Amino acid sequence: METLLGIKGPDFVMLAADTTHANSVIVMKEDENKIHQVAENLLISTVGESGDTEQFTEFIAKNIALYKMRNGYDLSPKSAAHFTRKNLAESLRSRTRYQVFMFVAGYDPNEGPELTFIDYLASAQSLNYAGHGYGSMFCASIFDRYWHENITQEEAYEVLKKCVLEIQKRLIVNLKNFNVAVVDKNGVRQLEQISSKSLLDYNAAA
Amino acid sequence: MALAEICKISNASYMRPSAWCSSEVENELNAFTSNIANPYTLAAPPFENPLENLNKIQANADKSGVKINFEHGTTTLGFKYQGGVILAVDSRATGGQYIGSQSMKKIVEINQFLLGTLAGGAADCVYWDRVLSKECRLHELRNKERISVAAASKIMANIAHEYKGMGLSMGMMLAGYDKHGPGLYYVDSEGSRTPGNVFSVGSGSIYAFGVLDSGYHWDLKDAEAQELGRRAIYHATFRDAYSGGIVRVYHMTQNGWIKISETDCMELHYKYKEQKEAK
Repeated sequence: METLLGIKGPDFVMLAADTTHANSVIVMKEDENKIHQVAENLLISTVGESGDTEQFTEFIAKNIALYKMRNGYDLSPKSAAHFTRKNLAESLRSRTRYQVFMFVAGYDPNEGPELTFIDYLASAQSLNYAGHGYGSMFCASIFDRYWHENITQEEAYEVLKKCVLEIQKRLIVNLKNFNVAVVDKNGVRQLEQISSKSLLDYNAAA
Repeated sequence: MALAEICKISNASYMRPSAWCSSEVENELNAFTSNIANPYTLAAPPFENPLENLNKIQANADKSGVKINFEHGTTTLGFKYQGGVILAVDSRATGGQYIGSQSMKKIVEINQFLLGTLAGGAADCVYWDRVLSKECRLHELRNKERISVAAASKIMANIAHEYKGMGLSMGMMLAGYDKHGPGLYYVDSEGSRTPGNVFSVGSGSIYAFGVLDSGYHWDLKDAEAQELGRRAIYHATFRDAYSGGIVRVYHMTQNGWIKISETDCMELHYKYKEQKEAK
C-alpha cells in the first residue's frame, strides 16, 4: 500500500515517500517519516512489513555509523547499498526474515550520485528512477516520459508532483502526504511536502 | 517397535512411557517454567511457525474439537493535547462469544509517570507489561532517573520484534510525561513502534476513532478532553459487542497520572440519552 519514489539526477538523488502508517484498513497516523538520514550524504527510505522497516533500517544505520567510527570516513553510497543488500540477503534465508523494500540514495564527491533499488528478496539494482509499492505502478510511465539525463532538482520535484497527483487520482488507497528529501554535494535537505493541499491548484499539464 | 528403532525415534519423548524418572520430570519442568527466572525465555508453542499454524489449528477446530479461545476484544484510546495525555479504555475481556470479565484493568500503572494500555491477547499484554514494569524500575535504579517514554516503548518494541511470528498478539499504547514533555507511543506485536497524537486500538477502535476524530483538537480544555475520551469509549462499547463494562479514564499531567473516572457504560448510556433528549 505504501509508496516510495526515487529519482537520480546528474548531481543529486531525490526521494519521496508517503507518510501513512496503516494497520489493516485503519490509518493510524498521517505524519510518519519513512526517509531516514543515515549518514551525512546518505538517505535510506523504507517500506514493508511494519516493525521490520524500523528495526532493519536502524540496524543498517547504526552499523554504518559504527563503520565511520572505526575508520574515520563514511561508507560510500555504493558500499552502503551493497552492505544493506548483503544483510537483507542473509536474513532472507533465516527463520525470521526482514520483509522490507528500500531505496539507498547517496551522493559521493568521487563516485557521484547513487540510487539503489532493493526489494524484499534482496535484489539490488542501481537505477536512474524507480518506485516501490502500489503507487509506483502509476509512476513508471511518468518517469519514463519526463526523466532525462540532465534533469535538474526543480524538474525532479515537478516530476514527483506529477507522480503524487497521479497516485491520488488513480490509486484507490488514500495517500495524502509525501515527504521529499534530496541528497547532493551539500548533504541532505528536506524539501516541501507534496500533499493534496499543496497540489490543490497545481496543473500537471502546464 | 522395529521400525521405530530403525527410524531412531524411540528416544523421542513422546515415544517413551511417561515414567516418573525424577530427572526427566525436572528437565521438563525447567523447560516450561524457565520464564519465571528469566521472562525472556518464554516457551514457544510446540509446533513450527506458530503464527500460521495456530490459525490452522483454530480454523480446524470444528473437526478436531481443539480450540483455544483467547481473551480478546477491546477498545482503548489515547491522545495528546495541550494539557497532557488522555487514556481511556473499556474493561471487557472476551474469549470467543463468552464474556470472561467485565472489570478488567486495561490500563497498567507502570509508574507515576508511565501508563500502558492493553489490547489483543490479554495474557500476552499482561505478561509483557509486567516485564516492562520490571525493566522500567531497573532503569530507574541503574540510572537514578525515570525512563523516558521513548525508551520504554523501545524496550517493548524490541521484545515484540524478537517474538515476531511466534503468535503474540498485542496492541498497546504507552503514555507518559518525561523531560521531553508528554509522550504517546503505539507499539504492537508486529514490532512497530511509532509516536503520535491520536491513537485507538482494538476491535472497537473504528467506532472510537469516529467520535474521537470528530471532537479532537489540540486546545481542548482538561474537562473537555476527559469527556471526549470517555464518550469515544462509550460509543465503542455501544457498537462493538466485544467492548463494554466500565469506562476508565486516566489523565497524564506533568505531575504524573491521575485517575479521572471509572463509570459503568450503562450509566453513561442513560446519561447521554438523557442529554440528547433534553436537547
